[in-house]
Formats: sequence, C-alpha cells, structure tokens
Amino acid sequence: MVSARRGIVRDALGIGIASGAYAVSFGAISTTAGLSLLQTCALSLVMFTGASQFAMVGVIGAGGSVWAGAAAAALLGARNALYGVRLSSLLGVRGLRRAAAAQFVIDETTAMAIARDEVTDSRIAFWATGFALFALWNLGTLVGALATHALSNPRVLGLDAAPPAAFLALLAPRIRAREPFAIAIAAAVVALVCLPFVPAGTPLLIVAILVGLYGVFRLPASRGGRPAREASSPGGESH
Amino acid sequence: MLWVGLLTASAACYLLKLAGLSLPARLLQDARLQRTIPLVPIALLAALVATQTFSTGHHLVLDVRAAALGVAAIAVLLRAPFLVVVASAAATAALLRLV
Repeated sequence: MVSARRGIVRDALGIGIASGAYAVSFGAISTTAGLSLLQTCALSLVMFTGASQFAMVGVIGAGGSVWAGAAAAALLGARNALYGVRLSSLLGVRGLRRAAAAQFVIDETTAMAIARDEVTDSRIAFWATGFALFALWNLGTLVGALATHALSNPRVLGLDAAPPAAFLALLAPRIRAREPFAIAIAAAVVALVCLPFVPAGTPLLIVAILVGLYGVFRLPASRGGRPAREASSPGGESH
Repeated sequence: MLWVGLLTASAACYLLKLAGLSLPARLLQDARLQRTIPLVPIALLAALVATQTFSTGHHLVLDVRAAALGVAAIAVLLRAPFLVVVASAAATAALLRLV
C-alpha cells in the first residue's frame, strides 16, 4: 500500500519533470512573441493550462489581437470544465480547498486521478501531480523566458517557427482515430481559406463555431470528455 | 491592454475549471456537450498549426516554416519528447535561413 503510494508520487514527479521541459519551450515562444518576462511567468502562474497558454501567445506573436488570443485560450480551456465534473465526486473538496484544487484541473491531473481504484489514491495522485506540475511548469517557464530574454534576436534560433510545432505536438495524441483526424484536416483547410478575408484571429473563432455546430448536430451518441490518456503536461501532449 | 487581455483570459480559464468542480454535474453532463467540447481543441489546434505555418498577416505564404513543420511532424511520428519536437522545428527554420 505504502509502496503503491510512493509509486504514485514518483509518477507525479516524472510528469512534472517532463512538463517542466515543455514549459521551457513555452517560456521561449512567449518571449519571442513579444510578451515580457513578467507577462510570460504570470500566464503560467494564473492561466496554468498549456494549450491555452500556447494559443494565447501564438495568436499574439502572429499579429492577432490580444482578445483573439484570449478567446482562443478560453475555448481551449473549456475541456477542463468536463474534467472538473469527473473529478468533483472523487476529490470531495469544498470552500478554499475547492478553489485551490480548481487551478490544478488539467489533462494530466485528471488522467492521473481517474486511473486509480481507490478514492484515497485518486486524491493523492491529483494533488501530487498538481503540485509537481505547478512547481516545475512555472520553473520551466522562467528558465525558457530568461534564456530567450537574453537573446537580442530570437528569430536567429528559428524560435518564431516553433509555435506550429508546439501546436502539432499538442494535437497529435488527440487525432489518432479517423474522425478527429478528419476534423483536424477540415479545420486547417477552413482556417486557411477564410484567413485572407477576415480580421486576424477570427479564423480560429469561425473554426470553433463550425466544430461546435458539427458536434451538436452531426455526431452520433458516444462517450466524450476523456482526458488525453498519456498526457504529461498542462496541455496534454503525450510524451 | 495586453495585461488586461492576459488576465481576462486567465480568469476565464480558471472559472471554467472551477465550474466543472462546482456546478451540479447534470448541467455539464448533457450528451451533446460532452461529445462536442473535446472536439474544440482538435479543431483549434489544427487551425493554429495551419494558419501559423502558412500565413503572414492576411497573406498565405510558403516559407521555411513549412519545412520546420515537416520536421516537427516526423519528430511527432517518432514519438520524440515535446521539447525535441519544438527544438527540431526551430533548428530547421534557423538553418534554412542561413542557406
């Protein structure tokens, strides 16, 4: 029993370390996009959900408005609400504890918590993963931002070409089945087709609305709301 | 303005997390909602990959970023760690610009 819990904590640390490395790239990309060191670190502290953070700075870096970035970030954060539904009965938190737990409701903590047979183990997994990830995610962000801050021109290192690679790595574990893959291709095409004609950042909103309509009106009944299984960072990439 | 946008988006993300923990489960357990929400990140991330690789402002362009994405795709297929995927794309763009 004790060794099982030690195993959980060890896994949580492993996930934290992996996501710390991933946060280094967030810090670098965010700084390259034009955010200050303080803004970059603030995002990791208060937003603390990887895909949303990457979208926010990606849109800003590509010349979109901060509000277009904010909308994309919030839309990407919507899935965390579904994770919260699954976690609420497991965690049994109220008041201040619930307010603190909410910040940790992301892909990895959900995946770690719901994989346990016992409620106690679920709670240990959730909090251990949450604390390890939060600490190392913010540390990694600071390291990446500091390193890039020191460069006079991050373009020399090709860092301006890094965001699409980050998005692709976040996307890959979600499109292993045929339908999500088709949705991804369709979304990419639609975004490119409307891009020349609408304000910057708007293609993302158009795509979000279309996939929402598709989901509501077209899909046959199936289960949803599952976190990326092998996720290991606030964005849910799978390494 | 940038700060206002960053903090507003952060607040929205936090409230979404808190809503899941706090609202009665049946509100969010609507079957259509449950199967639609997971599709949103797929569509948005794919749109972000496409627009940030193949456009500058309002123009569609084909430049070193396409090659960088190709290298990143290979790294993803080889199941390389996240940092390696991102670094390989950046290195590809940097090297091609030197040529």
